[in-house]
Amino acid sequence: MELLLLLFLPLVGAIVTSLLKGTAAKVSALGFALLSLCVTIGLLTQFTPDATTQFAVSYPWIQQLGINFHAGIDGISMITVILTNVLMPLIILASFKHEYKNANAFYALILFMQSGLLLVFTALDGFLFYIGWEAALIPIYFICAMWGGKDRIKVNMKFFVYTIAGSLFMLVGLIYLYLQAKSFDINAFYALNLDSYQQGWVFWAFFIAFAIKMPIFPFHTWQPDTYTEAPTTGTMLLSGIMLKMGIYGVIRWLLPIVPQGVNDWICVVMILSVIGIIYASLIAFTQKDAKRLVAYSSIAHVGLISAGIFAMSTQGLQGVMVQMLSHGINVVGLFFVLDIISSRLKTNKIEELGGLAKVAPKLAITFLIIVLGTVALPGTNGFIGEFLLLYGVYNYNMWLGIVAGLTIIFGAVYMLRMYQKVMLGTTNDLTIGFTDIKGTEKIVLYSICALIIVMGVYPKPIMHLSEASVQHLLEQIKLKGLN
Amino acid sequence: MINSLLWLVPLLPLLGFVINGLGRNTFSKSLIGWIGSGVILAAFLLSVDLFFELKNSGQYQVSVELFDWISAGNLHIPLSFLYDPLSSIMLLIITGIGFLIHLYSIGYMHEDAGFGKFFAYLNLFIFFMLILVLGSNYIVMFIGWEGVGLCSYLLIGFWYTKSNYASAAKKAFVMNRIGDLGFLIGVFLIFNTFGSVEFAKVFPQAASMMPGAGVITLITILLFIGACGKSAQLPLFTWLPDAMAGPTPVSALIHAATMVTAGIYMIARSSVLFNLAPTTQMIIAIIGTATALIAAIIALTQTDIKKVLAYSTVSQLGYMFLGLGVGAYTGSFFHVLTHAFFKALLFLGAGSVIHAMHHEQDMRHMGGLKSKLKITFATMMIGTIAIAGIPPFSGFFSKDEILAHAFEYNKVLWAIGLLTAFLTAFYMFRMMFLTFSGKYRGTHHAEEHIHESPKVMTYPLIVLAILAAVGGLINIPHVFGGNEWLAHWLIGAGIAPKELELSHTEEFALMGASVLAALVALGYAYTKYVKNAHVPVPDEGKRSVLAKISYNKFYLDEIYNAIITKPLDAFSKFFYRIIDKKVIDGLVNGFGWSATEGSKGLRLLQSGNVGFYIFMMVFGIVALLLYTYLSIA
Repeated sequence: MELLLLLFLPLVGAIVTSLLKGTAAKVSALGFALLSLCVTIGLLTQFTPDATTQFAVSYPWIQQLGINFHAGIDGISMITVILTNVLMPLIILASFKHEYKNANAFYALILFMQSGLLLVFTALDGFLFYIGWEAALIPIYFICAMWGGKDRIKVNMKFFVYTIAGSLFMLVGLIYLYLQAKSFDINAFYALNLDSYQQGWVFWAFFIAFAIKMPIFPFHTWQPDTYTEAPTTGTMLLSGIMLKMGIYGVIRWLLPIVPQGVNDWICVVMILSVIGIIYASLIAFTQKDAKRLVAYSSIAHVGLISAGIFAMSTQGLQGVMVQMLSHGINVVGLFFVLDIISSRLKTNKIEELGGLAKVAPKLAITFLIIVLGTVALPGTNGFIGEFLLLYGVYNYNMWLGIVAGLTIIFGAVYMLRMYQKVMLGTTNDLTIGFTDIKGTEKIVLYSICALIIVMGVYPKPIMHLSEASVQHLLEQIKLKGLN
Repeated sequence: MINSLLWLVPLLPLLGFVINGLGRNTFSKSLIGWIGSGVILAAFLLSVDLFFELKNSGQYQVSVELFDWISAGNLHIPLSFLYDPLSSIMLLIITGIGFLIHLYSIGYMHEDAGFGKFFAYLNLFIFFMLILVLGSNYIVMFIGWEGVGLCSYLLIGFWYTKSNYASAAKKAFVMNRIGDLGFLIGVFLIFNTFGSVEFAKVFPQAASMMPGAGVITLITILLFIGACGKSAQLPLFTWLPDAMAGPTPVSALIHAATMVTAGIYMIARSSVLFNLAPTTQMIIAIIGTATALIAAIIALTQTDIKKVLAYSTVSQLGYMFLGLGVGAYTGSFFHVLTHAFFKALLFLGAGSVIHAMHHEQDMRHMGGLKSKLKITFATMMIGTIAIAGIPPFSGFFSKDEILAHAFEYNKVLWAIGLLTAFLTAFYMFRMMFLTFSGKYRGTHHAEEHIHESPKVMTYPLIVLAILAAVGGLINIPHVFGGNEWLAHWLIGAGIAPKELELSHTEEFALMGASVLAALVALGYAYTKYVKNAHVPVPDEGKRSVLAKISYNKFYLDEIYNAIITKPLDAFSKFFYRIIDKKVIDGLVNGFGWSATEGSKGLRLLQSGNVGFYIFMMVFGIVALLLYTYLSIA
C-alpha cells in the first residue's frame, strides 16, 4: 500500500497543480515533491537491505492478456526511487527563478512525469513498465516542445524520432516475450528458456531502446541538441533522472531475462560504451557552449556506467548504483549553475564569460565542488562510482579498463577548461555586473554540494542498500547461464 | 597512546581549514594567521610526541582503523592509518616545515585580499598531505594523493584573474592526472594479485615472490608512472616550473618540500615490490638521471629567480629517483629530508627578495641586494652551499650517499650525476651572485623601497638555515664514524638498508670528486658573474644554439602542444562536425525523413487520422506476428 502512495502521490499532485495558477502552482509542485521525499524516507526506514522485493503490490488488471498491476521495490529499485525523489524537489526549486508561461501545466507535467518514472523503477510487469516508460516520456516531450529554446521544434523532431524508434523496439521485444511466456509478469519472463538465437533478437530490441535513452554511442545525437534546447528544468529531468530509466532497464529487464543474448553481444556493447567515453570526452574538449559541453560530458559518464553494467561484477554493478545517484546529483548541479549564469547574462557561450569568481565567490566554490565531483576527485561522490566502475571494466578486460580510465584525464581537461573560461580570469563588460547566488539558488547548490561530499566520504549506507540485490541479480544470471 | 592520538594530527589542519574557510571574510588577518599556523604547530607538537612514543615503544607499526569506506564484493577498503618509522618522519617534515611556512605566510601574504582563503587552502593541503603519508593502503594514500593535487591546483591558480596562472593550475592538475591513471591501474593490479590493497597484507605476500616476476614489474611500472606525475619526472615534469605562478610560500611548501616528494615516499613505502622488479628499477634510475640532467641544463640560463629554483627542484627530484632506482632507499629518503630543508629555505629566501623588490622576479633587474637583505642573503647562502653539496652542510651527505650507490650500480649514471652536481653548483651560485652581488640593476623607484622582511618571515629562514646546515647529522655514514641513524630507523618500515661495498678510499675519492666539481663550478660562476659582472641578455638577445635550447626549455611545451594537444583538438572537431553532425545525424535524419514521408502517404490512404506513432506500433506488431508465423511454419 505504501508503494501505491508513492506512485500516485505525484499524480494527485499533478492534478492539484494543474488547477492552480502562477506561484501557487510552483509551491504546490514543490510541496508534493517534498511529500514524495517524505514518503521515500518512510519507506527507507521500513526497508530491509536484503535481496527480497518489498512493499510489493499485485492487482489483476487486464486478465485476458495476463497483465497485472505488479510492482515492488528491491535494493536496486530503491536507489533509483531515492534518486528520483531526492532530485525532484531540487529540480523544482531550481526552476523557481523562472517565470514559465502556463506554470500550472508546466509543473503538472513534471509531477506527472515523476509518477511515470517511479512506475518504471518499480514495475514488475512488462506492460506496466512500458506504460511507465511512455508516461515519463510524453510530459518531457511537451516540456521541451513548449518551453524550449528557439530551435526547439526541429530538435524535438529528432528527439521524438529517436525515442519513438526506441520505444518501438522495446514494444516488439515485450510482445515477443509475452507470446512466449503468455504473461507480462517479470517472473514469467525470468523463467523463460529461450535459445541463444531468440535471446539475441530480444537483446537487441531492448538494448537499442535503452541505449537511446542513456544514450550510448552511436545512438546519442539527439542528446546534445535536446539538452541544449530544452528549458533547463527539462534538461535536468532528462539528464538527472530520465537517462537512468535506460540504465535501470538494462539491469532489470535485460541482464536477467536474456543472459545468453547479453553474453553473446557483450563484447560489442563494451566496445561501444568505451568508444562513447573517449568520443564524447574528446568532443567536449572544443565545445563553445557550456551546456553542450556538459551534455557531451554526460555521454562520456554514461558510457562508463554502461561499461560497468556489462562488466557484470559486484564491483561494477555497485559502481553503477552509486554512480547513478552521483551522476544525477552532479549533472543537475552543473546544469543549474549554467542556468543561473544564462538567466543573468543571457549566454552560455564559454568565450563570452570569464571572471565570475571575482564577483560571485559563493557560486565559484559551489561550482568548483560540483566540478570536482564530476571529475571524480577522491572524497567526492564521483570517485566512489568511477573507482568501482573502472575496476569492473578493468576486470572484464585490462585494455578496455585502461582506455576507459582515460576518462579521469579527459574529464579533468574539459571540466577544468570550462571552469577556467567561465569563472577565472578577469571580468569583462558582460560579466562585471554578475551577482552572486542567493535565496533558493543557495539552498539548491548547498544541498547538492553537501550530498557530493557526504556520499564521497561515507558511501556505505547507499552501497549497503543495493549490495544484496546486486549479488542476487548476479547469481540469478549465473544460474540461468548454466541452464 | 598512539592509537588514540594519531587521528588528531590530520584532524587539526582540517579544523583549521573549516574555521578559516568559514571566517575568511569576517575574521581579522592576525586571527586567521594564528589559527592557521596554530593548528599546524599543534599538529607538529603532537607529531613530535608520537615520534618519541613510537621510538620508545619498541613497536614498529601502529595501525588505526577509522571506518569502513568502500566495500563491494571481495573489495574492502577501510579508512585507516598506519604509523611507522617512515610516516613518523614524513609527519615531522610536513607539520614542522609546514608550520614555518605558515608563519612566513603571515608576513608574505599580509597585503593580499585573499588572505583568509590562502590560509584555508594551506591548511587543507596539510590535511591531505598527512592523509597521503598516513594511509594504510593504496586507496587512502590516493585520497591524499589527489587531494594535494587539488590544493596545488587551487594555490597555483590563487591569483586566478591572471589567465596564464589559471592555465598553469589546470596544466598541473591534468598532468598529475595522467600519472594518477597509472597509479589507479597499478592499484587494480595489486588488488587482483594480492587480494588486498593494505600495505600490511600486500608486502608480506610479495616478499615470497620471485624477483623479476612479470606482474610485479607491471605493478611497479604503473606506480612509477603515478610518481612521475606527482614528482615531476620526465616526461611529465613541465607542470612544475609553471606552478611557480602560485604565491612563493606555496612553491616552498608544496612544490619543493612536501607534495612533489610524494612519489618518492610512495616508492620507498613500496620498496618490497620495487626490489623485486630490477627492470623497473633500471627504468627509474635512467629516468631520474635524465630528468636531473635536463632540468639542470635548463636551470643554467633561466633569469626568473623562482624558475631557477623550480628546475633545480625537478633536478633534485631526479637525484632522488636515481637513488630509488639503484636501491638506495635510505639515501633517497635522506635527500627528501635535506632537500625539504634547503629548498624550502631557498624558496622562502627568494620570496623575501621578491617581497622586497615589489614582485620583481627577474634577476636581470636585481643585483647588489646583499647589503640591504642581510638575513635573507646569509640564510640563502647556507641553502646554496647545502644544495651544491659542499661539506659539512646537509646536501653533501645525502647527495653523496646517492652518488656512491649510483657508482656501484652503473658508472655512466654516476658520471651524469656528477656532471649534474657540477651544473647545480654553477646555476645556484649564478643565482646568488646575480641577485646579491654587483650593482643594483632595477629601477630607482623600487630601490628606495628595498627593505629586509619582517621577523615573522626572517625567523623561519633562520630556523631552516640551521636545519639545512646540520640536517646531514641524522645519517652520518660509517666512513665518517657515524652510525647511519636514519637507515636504522627506517628498517622498522620495511626498508632494507643497502650496504656500500666500496672501500673507504673509494668512498673518499668519490666525495672528493663531487666536492671538487662543486668548487670548480663556484669558481667559474664567481669569475663570470662577480669578476666580469656578466648579466644575462634580454629575451630577444643573441644566444648560442645550446643556450637557446636551454633557455627555451628544450621546447618541450611546444613539442607536447604539437604532438598531443593539437591532434586531440583536431579529433574533437572532426568527431563533432563530421561524425556527429554529418554521418550519424545524416543517417537519423534519413530515417526521420522517410518515416515522415511514409506516414504522409499512409495518412492519405487512411483518411488522415493515423499518426506516425500508431503506424509504427502497428507495423511493429504486424512484423512480429509475421515473424512468429513464419518461424512456426
